[in-house]
Formats: sequence, structure tokens, C-alpha cells
Amino acid sequence: MINFQYLRTSVVKTALNLLAKDPKATFIAGGTNLVDLMKRGVTAPEKLIDINHLPLKQIELKNNVLRIGALTSNSALAENAIVKEKFPLLMLALQSGASAQLRNVATVGGNMMQRTRCGYFYDTTMPCNKRQPGSGCGAIGGYNRMHAIFGTSEACIAVHPSDMCVGLVALEAQVVIASTKGERKINFIDFHRLAGTTPEKDNNLQKGELIVRLEIPLNNLNKNFHYLKVRDRSSYAFALVSVAAALELKDGVISNVRLAMGGVAHKPWRLTASENFLKGKQATIANFEAAAKLAMNGAKGFGENDFKLKLAPNTIIEALTVAKAKA
Amino acid sequence: MSEIDNNQSGDTRRDFLKKTSLFTALSLTPLTVLKAADNKVDERFAELFEKIPLNLKVNNKPYVLKVEPRVTLLDLLREQLHLTGTKKGCDHGQCGACTVHVDGERVNSCLSLAVMNEGKSITTIEGLAKGDELHPMQAAFIKHDGFQCGYCTPGQIMSGIACIREGHANSKEEIREYMSGNICRCGAYPNIVDAIQEVKEKGATI
Repeated sequence: MINFQYLRTSVVKTALNLLAKDPKATFIAGGTNLVDLMKRGVTAPEKLIDINHLPLKQIELKNNVLRIGALTSNSALAENAIVKEKFPLLMLALQSGASAQLRNVATVGGNMMQRTRCGYFYDTTMPCNKRQPGSGCGAIGGYNRMHAIFGTSEACIAVHPSDMCVGLVALEAQVVIASTKGERKINFIDFHRLAGTTPEKDNNLQKGELIVRLEIPLNNLNKNFHYLKVRDRSSYAFALVSVAAALELKDGVISNVRLAMGGVAHKPWRLTASENFLKGKQATIANFEAAAKLAMNGAKGFGENDFKLKLAPNTIIEALTVAKAKA
Repeated sequence: MSEIDNNQSGDTRRDFLKKTSLFTALSLTPLTVLKAADNKVDERFAELFEKIPLNLKVNNKPYVLKVEPRVTLLDLLREQLHLTGTKKGCDHGQCGACTVHVDGERVNSCLSLAVMNEGKSITTIEGLAKGDELHPMQAAFIKHDGFQCGYCTPGQIMSGIACIREGHANSKEEIREYMSGNICRCGAYPNIVDAIQEVKEKGATI
């Protein structure tokens, strides 16, 4: 690993000032992705600002909104009593990600900031527009079994690997971001980006900004929900396809529904057309199948990942079926 | 407090090579660069040679150390403290061989920068036994033959203890799920699960 300067602060304002005045500085939280990328030479920050001591670890329910500090660990969030009771979909998504060791260290903000990536991004001997803009995409026409089927571009077909983020998209979370200029709030779905012509940018966090917390409004989606992750082994593997599904049912009729997918796009992928179709309809297999078909509009395989075109709708139907059967 | 540099009666070959290469690098670096204060780039270059003070406890023993920022907790344990029970498997957080407890929680020490553990208390496989008396998890691994080559075993044992403490060892299925961050290439999984389940069911505080 190329050496770097290391700084530490327990004050948010100081952290922001340090970052603002040094374009080559990067924040480090859990570091489970960043340290790995540094070891492989994919990234080499000249200065790391350790933010683990900032006071951003609280989880509180206030005015019907759950506020989650950005430095809360993935395991602390999954084990939180309010999350278990009010947002069990988020708990399931968190438990589906990484390993127990990684979840103990990985933070909520860090989970969001982990790189959208594939094997070509990690292999510094291969072309990758994300790692080195303009060098080409190794995955298009190469090994692309894990890759995206939605929202792809000619520059990049990598997927964002987070499970937590898929759950947060389905729960309509918001992200509170701080900088030396103050705070701003954006919808979680708008945090991550599609690759387009700028695959080097995974998200819309601007230079000098820090994620300080998430906010999730209370909902009635804690009864009929499911997070279904299909992968090559039954635990500790990235998703081939994952689906977060939540239903609000009144006498068998769907009054509210949320659907989001992981493992299929450069960002967590919300199935808005399917949601709109299902609202007001009976929770039947036939309607789930129609919704799954709608979700696949615009999907495109790249050869090795063509199986996802069939796996994805099947996973949507199964997730909705399990969600309906709960309670 | 123990100064780790005083612990060694003689340098290992690895230490010797490290030190001589550092001296070579320093001797090739013009003094003006190391001392430069005005030029920002040079200042940074000089700082690259700086070691950062680090206070931590390992197996209840306090250490006052100095480490480069890029040194991982795993390399600190193995190469500076010579606690080689913690293993380097993949070195990328994928295999769990390097699992240790930091303030009681299991982590992959290969992905943890040592300097980020200031003030923390680390427990490694060497810290489990009380003298000649094995920790119950160590004894259970022997009883159930929970290993073949043994390389993943320190990580498995540290992770297994944490799995019980976290309350995630209530069934074989749950143990398998919460032990999935520890890979065993010999495939001793059924026996590892048996060992953890037995320790859990005996109910002793571990």
C-alpha cells in the first residue's frame, strides 16, 4: 500500500474544513472497501481523514422519522430495536450483506460510498472507464456474469453491490449531507448515479461534502415485506439479483407497495412502473407476474448475464409472494 | 507499559530486511527534501516517513507503539508484536482467517488500519487460554475435530466466540449464516458448527 498522511478529528466542522482545504484528502470510516482498494492500488489517496470519532452514531425516532447517524455500523443498525420493529425490511437487507465481521466495522455512510464496481475495476492491468476514464470497458464483451441489465451505458456496466441501499430506496429514505456551506437533503434514490459517460462518478456527493445521517419516514410496510437475495452461495456473496418488496394490504387489495432491485444496475433500481401497476389491485400471482413483466421493460443482457433477464422477474414474483404470505 | 522495540533479543530476517530497505530509502532522499517546510509537496514527502504514536491493549497488555499509517492491524500483530496466531489468508477481507476482537467485536484485522485502533482493546487467539487451560471454544474445536490443516482455525475460533456472544448461535442454520465470513478450504464446516453449537448449549460465559 502506498503510504499516506493520516489525520483524526472528533469534530464535524474540523473534518469538513480539513477536507475543503485539501483536494487530495479523503474521509475514511470503516474502511472495509477503501483499504481494500488501496491495497490493490486501485486508489491511492494522499491523505486520510479518520472520521470514526465524529458524533454521528445515534439512532432515534423523532416526529415519525427515524434518524440514523452516518457512522452507525451496519450490525448496530440491523440489531437496533426500532429498526427490527418498524423497518424489518431494512434489517433483512442489512443481514444479507457482507459478513458479520465486515458489518461490525462498515458504516451506513461507508456502505453508500463503497464503489460501484466489477472485477475489471479491481484489476489494474485491465481497461476500466471507471478506474481510468477513457481506457475502455473490459466487461462489455468480456466476463460479465455479475453485471447490469438496466440503465447501462457504453462506458460501464458495473453494479452497485449494496443490499442496505436497495432496502433504503424501497423505504424512501433521505440523505442529509453537510459541507462547510451548511446542510442539504436529497432523496436516497437520487444519491447514486447511472454510469452514463461519467462512470468514474458513483454518486452525487460533491467534493467537500460529508453524509451525516439518513432519515426514514415511518410507514406501514413492516408486516408484509421480504428481501430476497439470489446469489452463487447461500451467504456472503454479492447478489446476482436481489429484490426488496413491501406491501400494505387491505382486504387483499394492495394500498401501498414498494419494490427495488439490487445486482442489476449501477445504482439501486426502483421498480416504479411495477409499483404503479400494483396499487389498488388484488395481491394475486397473476398481478405479481404482470408487475414483474413491466419491471423488465428496457432490460438488456450482455451475454454471460442474459440469465438475469429471466432470474430478475422470477425473483420479483417470489419476493412479492413471500411478502404477501407473511403477517 | 512495554516498549515493543525493547522486547526483541534479536531482529528476525524480516525485520532486518525492512530496516535496511528503509535506511536505503532514507539515504537516497536528499536532506533538503526531508526538512523542506515551504514546499507543500516536499513537506508531504517528508511526512511519509513519519510514524504515528499508537496506544492499544493486546490481550490485556498495554502497548505504546509507533506505526506507519499504512500498517494494518493484522501486520502490526504479526510483524511488530510477533503474535502470529492471527493468520493472513486472503488479506482482503474475504476469508476471515485474520479475525480478532476489537473492543469485544469481531473484525477482519487485514482491513483495519492499525492507527485507527487508538485506545482500543484487541483480543487475539493467543489471549484466549488461561495458562495451560484452553478456552472452551478451543477445547470444543479439538473435541469435534473442527479443522484439518488448521490455518483458518484461529479466525474460526475468534469468530465462533463472537457468534455466541452476539446471540446468533441458536441453531445450526443460524451458526452457518453468521459464520459465513470464515472460509475453510479443507471443508471442516460441519465439525466447526458442531463445536460452536456445543459451546453455546453448555451455556458457559465465554
